[in-house]
Amino acid sequence: MDYVIIGNSAAAIGSVEGIRQIDREGRITLISDEPYHTYSRPLISYWLAGKVTEDKMTYRDKNFYEVNNITPILGVKAEALDLKGKTVKLASGEAVPYDKLMIATGGKPVIPPMEGLDKKGIFSFLKYDDVREIKEAVSGGKKKAVIIGAGLIGTKAAEALVKLGLDLTVVELAGRVLPAILDHRAASIVQGYMENMGIKFELNSTVAKVLGDSEVTGVVLNNGKEISCDMLVIAIGVRPNTDLVTDTGILVNRGIVVNDKIETNVSDVYAAGDVSEGYALIWDSVMVLPLLPNAYLQGETAGRNMAGEETVFPGGLVMNAIGFGDLPMVTAGIVNPDSGEYEVLSNADSENCSYRKVVLRNNCIIGFILLNKIDRAGILTGLMKEKADVSAYKDRLLCSDFGYIDFPEEVRKSKLGRGAA
Amino acid sequence: MGSQGGRARNWADGRGEGNMSLNYSTPEFIIERNNDRCIDCRVCVTQCANEAHIYDEEEDKVVSDDMKCINCHRCVVFCPTRALSVRKHPLEYRENASWSGHDINTIYKQAASGGILLAGMGTGKKYPIYWDHLLLNASQVTNPSIDPLREPMELKTFLGRKPETLKIENGRLAEKLPPQLELEVPIMFAAMSFGSISLNAHKSLARAAEEVGSFFNTGEGGLHRELSGYGKNTIVQVASGRFGVHSEYLNAGAAIEIKIGQGAKPGIGGHLPGEKVGPEVSLTRMIPLGSDAISPAPHHDIYSIEDLRQLIFSLKEATNYEKPVSVKIAAVHNVAAIASGIVRAGADIVTIDGFRGGSGATPLRTRDSVGIPIETALAAVDSRLRQEGIRNQASLVVSGSIRNSSDVVKAVALGADAVNIGTAALIALGCHMCQKCYTGKCNWGIATQDPNLTKRLNPDIGARRAANLLRAWGHEIKELIGGMGINALESLRGNRLMLRGIGLNEKELKILGIKAAGE
Amino acid sequence: MKRVYAKEEACVGCRLCEVHCIVAHSKYPDNIIKAFRKGNRPAARVFVEENKPVSFALQCRHCEDAPCTRACITGAMHRDYHSGAVINDEERCVGCWTCIIACPYGAIRRDESGKKVAAKCDLCSAKEGEPACVANCPNDALVFEERQ
Repeated sequence: MDYVIIGNSAAAIGSVEGIRQIDREGRITLISDEPYHTYSRPLISYWLAGKVTEDKMTYRDKNFYEVNNITPILGVKAEALDLKGKTVKLASGEAVPYDKLMIATGGKPVIPPMEGLDKKGIFSFLKYDDVREIKEAVSGGKKKAVIIGAGLIGTKAAEALVKLGLDLTVVELAGRVLPAILDHRAASIVQGYMENMGIKFELNSTVAKVLGDSEVTGVVLNNGKEISCDMLVIAIGVRPNTDLVTDTGILVNRGIVVNDKIETNVSDVYAAGDVSEGYALIWDSVMVLPLLPNAYLQGETAGRNMAGEETVFPGGLVMNAIGFGDLPMVTAGIVNPDSGEYEVLSNADSENCSYRKVVLRNNCIIGFILLNKIDRAGILTGLMKEKADVSAYKDRLLCSDFGYIDFPEEVRKSKLGRGAA
Repeated sequence: MGSQGGRARNWADGRGEGNMSLNYSTPEFIIERNNDRCIDCRVCVTQCANEAHIYDEEEDKVVSDDMKCINCHRCVVFCPTRALSVRKHPLEYRENASWSGHDINTIYKQAASGGILLAGMGTGKKYPIYWDHLLLNASQVTNPSIDPLREPMELKTFLGRKPETLKIENGRLAEKLPPQLELEVPIMFAAMSFGSISLNAHKSLARAAEEVGSFFNTGEGGLHRELSGYGKNTIVQVASGRFGVHSEYLNAGAAIEIKIGQGAKPGIGGHLPGEKVGPEVSLTRMIPLGSDAISPAPHHDIYSIEDLRQLIFSLKEATNYEKPVSVKIAAVHNVAAIASGIVRAGADIVTIDGFRGGSGATPLRTRDSVGIPIETALAAVDSRLRQEGIRNQASLVVSGSIRNSSDVVKAVALGADAVNIGTAALIALGCHMCQKCYTGKCNWGIATQDPNLTKRLNPDIGARRAANLLRAWGHEIKELIGGMGINALESLRGNRLMLRGIGLNEKELKILGIKAAGE
Repeated sequence: MKRVYAKEEACVGCRLCEVHCIVAHSKYPDNIIKAFRKGNRPAARVFVEENKPVSFALQCRHCEDAPCTRACITGAMHRDYHSGAVINDEERCVGCWTCIIACPYGAIRRDESGKKVAAKCDLCSAKEGEPACVANCPNDALVFEERQ
């Protein structure tokens, strides 16, 4: 059996590990256009801030490819697919045959249209090379940066850059930071915290134009405000990197369409991670879920199916743990309900940057935000995943010491007493 | 031991204490915290039901309040760094041979409360312990001693009425024997009620009795439904309050015991305060939730030996004459005559509880001044029953501070068929003899119904420890009797030639029926 | 595989499991006083939940489908293929707390005594025999056994 995996990040590694759970023998070829040993994408901001050294960037041990008997082809781009002939054509000209193919090409940065994108000093914030370039630019004397986007990528980029001593402004189209995962209350606490770190925000704005001759010297916002800078980081988000499958017959909606076995419409071809769509719990619909845990789980599920073990993807959860300085936060599911069918419980202690909000629908948790006191948040995630009726202990959900003690005895004993948990 | 408490009276401890402007009480104990070892882990704080250890949040430090300490050792045993010790408080009154600190302190208590002084466990007074004045014999040369590791030894004991003669046909008993209790070791667990002790304590004793082949005794609090499976190792008690008594209960055990008296409180009834009558106790005792359980001092239907006979035979009727009936009394001055009457009334077993016997709660003055020692009572009763030619009609069980296996052997040599252990059994379960059973705040989970505390006694561990104690004493008894050249405990029973007295006067030797050492 | 299970009816809420867990994961696993007093005291990886009279100790269940290992962004959280235990390689952990939001038992803790790391039960893999919490439970309220 020849397994070919295009990609080298969470979904790709998940596939390898999924395959190897079932098939220790089959040949696995892993192709990536990046020249690096598998590394953790979310760690790039840590690396930039100097919190993680080069050797700790790896997502798996150095001997991962050997131990799992993989042939890595790194730094070579997979250029085209021949689905009939079942081969992957590489930029080197080589054609790699496959019996089972995994497309885990991830995402690429969203770059909104604006004037002046051709100038030097504009960066994305997605790959290792992006932050390497940024670091080089900063060491080269850049002092002032503008980041477009105050989402997960933009805020983490901001945290790293401010730590490097840059004068920093974050421009965000929405009216609050982290608009997708926080509500107003939490966002204002987080914004205040980040402002204390020295980060400036321009909300409800976007960059209309990049100024400068060949190098970036500033930006003009859509409200006319001008901010001078010598660096621009575009960190709005990612979209599925589906270039490889364009016009191949593989069905693409927003991302590559897969079934609950993570298989595309073309047999023996699978797609996982940021490049694909997947079933999302809570929303009960199909969407692109560009989150590492989801990518891994999709990859692992696909890998097991590729190796012949029928496995169903249980559905992905939107959940994020993120932190700035000493302010950790976790959020999951629907946190900004838009209609009356939801029940919202919340309490806040702004002075201590603490906030706890739980969103319920029909007595089931469908989302939550915890700020600062995030301990044991996973219990809420678990309840959310299993759609547990929480009415028996609803009044305890907002307590920071909410735990298994609050569950009915028989529930607690069956959860904690079972063998193969 | 019976139920906790004495009567619905005013007690000097805890409840009923008036609002005094100045309390003359001083700490009895001092908690010594070695600050070089204390890591402020707060384990002591979690374990002290008396709240003698407190975590001071502001100072991030654990501190102690000596006044609240009752010296139960829970914290000392649990402290992971052995940073704690408890000592007698060094505070002393000016010396006076007539007035001890204890005498003075009890007056302060009563002056503050106007109540009766309560105490737990057996008397703490320095009365003579006759066991310690008895010495056992051993074989030398002429009658070789027996090594229990090499020779079979027999401790098996049958309790119950033995017939005058045995009729044997074809090598088998021709007539059915009266009902007997069969013990693998001559040691049973004394009567302690569910209410005075926790269900986990009952479970521990029941399981240990089953494991080793002995008996546990319900006391007067009925038999909890979870213990119904231990019937063949259970003695069910009928006391003056008749709590939890019904025909199923009477038939649930292997024997029935009528409790007339208890060594720690002869002439006194019992009182389990309503706050200890939770759902389980209420159900088991068949009394309303939260109501006081008062055992009257006398049985209201027993005013004579004839009345007692009626009760004994009512119980035998109720159980189809299949179970031996025991009558338990406290050792009092004319115990021999009373025991004789009990045997003649039809009891199969006479249980005598000496004045050092324990209790969950007893009036201090009663505990410390009423009754007589078990050793003298046993000797007197055994002699009297022999003299009257009725010793075979009933077995003799004694209790009241049997502390170890040599006490057991001495008791058997003095004439006992078996012994009951209450205090020793509880110590095996973890009791540290703080003697505050009556407060209901037993930190070892034994003498309490507080669900926070009862779980401290894990019945798996309790059963193992109580069974170990019986086994260990069994081994020691074999060693001791083997040394006398005896291979069956039966041969030692009432064999007072195996005893010698030391440090006893002529009268005491006479009462005990033994010779002096060297004689 | 063997896991630690709590018997809540026997738990006395003393928290000695927490104390000994701290010691076992400190720099002085054989000296409880030094473990508490010298330098950074690690977080306990077992915690007692209590609502009197109920209490029990809870730690990582070492799930077969461990959500934490799948969620981990660095690869630090992994299953040890020899013991089957779920272990966090604290050297590689960056304290992003994704595992905390993933763990349905709430069994992973933030340890900020030194470098920020996720602290969790490793079944005392560094030592022989029973985990420290089980070995030091005074009332046999924790057992280390195989269950179906």
